[in-house]
Amino acid sequence: MKKQLIELRVNGRTHELAVQPNALLLDVLRQELDLTGSKRGCDDSSCGACTVEVDGVPMLACTMLAASYQGSEITTVEGVSEGGGLATLQRAYGDFGGSQCGYCTPGFMMTVRWLLANHPDPTEEEIREALSSNLCRCTGYSQMYEAIRAVIDAEKKSSTPELAGATRR
Amino acid sequence: MTEFSVIGKPIAMVDAAGKTTGAGKYTDDLSLPGILVGKILHSPCPHALIKRIDTSRACALDGVVAIVTGENAPNQYGILPVGHDETALAVAKVRYIGDNVACVAAINEEIADQALELIDVEYEPLPAYFDPEQSMKAERHLIHENRPNNIEKDYHHIFGDPEKGFAEADYIAEARYLANEVTHAAMEPHSTLASFEIDPHTGKQGRLTVWSSTQVPYYLQHKLSLVLELPMSQIRVIKPLVGGGFGGKSEIIPLEIIAAVAARAANAPVKITYTREEVFWAHRGRPRTIIDLKTGVKNDGRITAVACKVIQDGGAYCSYGVVTILYSGALLGALYDIPNICYDGYRVLTNKPACGAMRGHGTVNVRFAFESQMDEIAAKLGLDPAEMRRVNLLKPPTVTVNGLRVLSYGLPECLDQVVTRSGWKDRRGKLPKGRGLGVACSHYVSGAANSIIRSDMPHSTVNLKIDRDGGVVVYTGASEIGQGSDTMTAQIVAEVLGCGLSRIKVIAADTDLTPIDLGSYSSRVTFMAGNAALRAAEDVKKNIVSAAARRMNCAPEDVVIAGDRVWKRGALSPDTAPESTAAEAARGHVDGQILRGSVLQTRKEERPKDHMSFEEAVVAAIDFHGGLTGTGSYAPPVEARGGKHKGAGVGPAPAYSYSAQVAEVSVNEETGQVTVHKIWAAHDCGRALNPVAVEGQVIGSVWMGLGQALQEEMVWKDGLLMNPGLLEYRSPSSVESPEIECIIVESIDPEGPFGAKEAGEGSLAATIPAISNAIYDAVGIRLREAPFSPERVLAALRAKRGAKKIEMTEGVDPTQPAMFREHGGSLWFRGKGPDRHPDDPARRVVTAWGAQ
Repeated sequence: MKKQLIELRVNGRTHELAVQPNALLLDVLRQELDLTGSKRGCDDSSCGACTVEVDGVPMLACTMLAASYQGSEITTVEGVSEGGGLATLQRAYGDFGGSQCGYCTPGFMMTVRWLLANHPDPTEEEIREALSSNLCRCTGYSQMYEAIRAVIDAEKKSSTPELAGATRR
Repeated sequence: MTEFSVIGKPIAMVDAAGKTTGAGKYTDDLSLPGILVGKILHSPCPHALIKRIDTSRACALDGVVAIVTGENAPNQYGILPVGHDETALAVAKVRYIGDNVACVAAINEEIADQALELIDVEYEPLPAYFDPEQSMKAERHLIHENRPNNIEKDYHHIFGDPEKGFAEADYIAEARYLANEVTHAAMEPHSTLASFEIDPHTGKQGRLTVWSSTQVPYYLQHKLSLVLELPMSQIRVIKPLVGGGFGGKSEIIPLEIIAAVAARAANAPVKITYTREEVFWAHRGRPRTIIDLKTGVKNDGRITAVACKVIQDGGAYCSYGVVTILYSGALLGALYDIPNICYDGYRVLTNKPACGAMRGHGTVNVRFAFESQMDEIAAKLGLDPAEMRRVNLLKPPTVTVNGLRVLSYGLPECLDQVVTRSGWKDRRGKLPKGRGLGVACSHYVSGAANSIIRSDMPHSTVNLKIDRDGGVVVYTGASEIGQGSDTMTAQIVAEVLGCGLSRIKVIAADTDLTPIDLGSYSSRVTFMAGNAALRAAEDVKKNIVSAAARRMNCAPEDVVIAGDRVWKRGALSPDTAPESTAAEAARGHVDGQILRGSVLQTRKEERPKDHMSFEEAVVAAIDFHGGLTGTGSYAPPVEARGGKHKGAGVGPAPAYSYSAQVAEVSVNEETGQVTVHKIWAAHDCGRALNPVAVEGQVIGSVWMGLGQALQEEMVWKDGLLMNPGLLEYRSPSSVESPEIECIIVESIDPEGPFGAKEAGEGSLAATIPAISNAIYDAVGIRLREAPFSPERVLAALRAKRGAKKIEMTEGVDPTQPAMFREHGGSLWFRGKGPDRHPDDPARRVVTAWGAQ
């Protein structure tokens, strides 16, 4: 299949790329742009490890044709860090054990980021509901809830969070 | 109690940032110039002879660089020395649907996929065996010719006097239990990248480098050497980040060898990454297990004897099978005091993907049976199930009747904790209708006391070097797979050296750089690699202390190192000692030394002082000793290595972890749906080096046990896996996952590093019986087959009422493939499917398709 020239806007930068019309966004991100943070974990769009944000909505990059998303604002996990440092959510996932093997973590980062942006004070139910789009095989999700709660508390206090020990027991 | 500065504190994993930012690299994230994509052709037949493979059409396709088949690497290998029955690609015969037949290396995935369709393979179907009890009757067309009756291995152990034990019993319970097959389903599909270098002297292919998602780099190096006929020194195995293993990457997975064989043939780097479906065929999970269990007890609940017969449906290759079947028997011991044990274990070959090691290796399914039967006995005798367990506790230090040495034993406290926290005494039996509580216990080894390949070499070795600026580099072969092994190593070294964690850099699992470590399996890393790290750090510390003592003009015993400072005893207290020398280091110089890259130089201060910074002490030591390196290793003590009987090598461990759990469930009697509301899990991990990591491991284990208890199951139809995807395999999502309260119990093991034992596996086994026992408490049914899916629960509820059995699939033709998942993703499954042998039960499937 003949390649076509497309423009993709990823993490605030525009890239001109030659891709096949049937190229998946996930493959383009990983192979053409070397943004390997988004992962492939399944064959049937069930795991959520490839979740990216497209115009503010979390979507599965493994089911999207790259050529169809010209003009969209795409954010991958690489675009989550703030000013070269860890975002509060990333810090919290580390400190509370929300991430073990880490393979699903980029997908969760995108999902949780969306959750907190749209529901600043979610109920337990809402958190569970949101997270159910992503699978994790290590944590049993419990420590993720702790991490998310810590972020919410930190946002409420809107001060630099002392995540490491102070909020843990 | 000693105060620790680094261990015992909840800290983030040392590699956490790479994981949360996406910067961390897993094998599939790597690339090399000229890299090729490898794709594997799998067998569509469960059992067949390969009459002919014609790759000419595929080879002619533009973009195909190499195609390899079994002939390219016929040497047999296997993780166990007694089980060398695999080849990288099938030689003459395929043994399960999904067996590896050929591999294409091409310039991209699309061409590789096309090439697979052009490979022409002619099979001659053989009768296939899918049920272990049927398979054991086979006399002809054996799966492996040297395994009569398709029995991989059987063991018959008698400890104590079971006959006498049963004669003394007041009550004997007897039942058959069945646990269906489950798999690891780690989030990262297996991936391997293999690349040869050109030897500068011969001008030919030289050293091989393999990056692979493995828990056992050293064993991979060993088996690659065996198959490729290269010396181990010419092979470098590097383990990048691994996206979960749970045992599924604890042996050599076919793609790891195939990638190297293909790279050799293609003269170019080859990367193979499994699809999720291929991961299910690679499998090596927990076998379907049939357990016939008999327990004799006195009226007070004391166990007098246990007889257990286990049949494991092992799949087509040995894998870890011999070890699994031995663990199933051996770990009847070391949890409770059982004076007499009779064990018969059969590991049986069938035409399905090989089963291997999975979290809680060998013990989980038998523990389900055992703990369920204990609950049945308690109900029969009118005892409190928690009390009945207490009656049977071990009295350590002790050696069990089957030769397992138990020193630290936190089980009594684990039981106390969960009983108290769950309100067991007040709430059990008093909850509303359909809701109940159940208790169960489990344990696991903290590392196997005997290695797979018998030798006298240490199980773990750690090297360590300290640079002039106080930077510590630790070289360990231990494999971080998400469990926190790198973090544990860094913590132990920092604690021993008395320096800050930020000084420690861990280089792990690279066979060129790091000393041999057997790998991440049988929960051995904290205990063994941890002890080796501790000894390496002590080795180096000795030299720092002696140099510091000289500088401070005191005896080495009077040198204290803590919190990044070194002082003469009495000169400073940990509280008054300045925090750290980070500011000094940032300036580029500290007293008495010249740092790398520093523009400022200060003269050495010659007069004795009573305190100094960590760097100063390091510089003093390097100046005196001419370098600061150390090494430490660990091998389990002889007393912990078990008895002398055949098969005694499996089961003994330097220490055991313990777990007690209470589950609260409710059962919907209309739908059969079981909901777990909460699980209280107390785990004895010796000492919690990093409580966040311990909780993560315990909760993760309990959660994985929950999956096996309620919904995870590999569904087979005549050798074909019906649910090879994460959607159908039904790993629990966040909405199906209950609250799990983890309670850490610290028994402080006398031999563990700072008293630590394992935390990653021991809790899994108790969850399944805790849930089944809670279901009994809720609605009075005994479920002896896992998982406790709604249809099994409904069937049991109807049986209890004496109602007619409902055939859920009544009127449905199970042989109609349209009723099942469409295997659109599988190249080899397009079309009508393979021909089957006339004796093959799946033959009727062929007929059904033919009629379509």
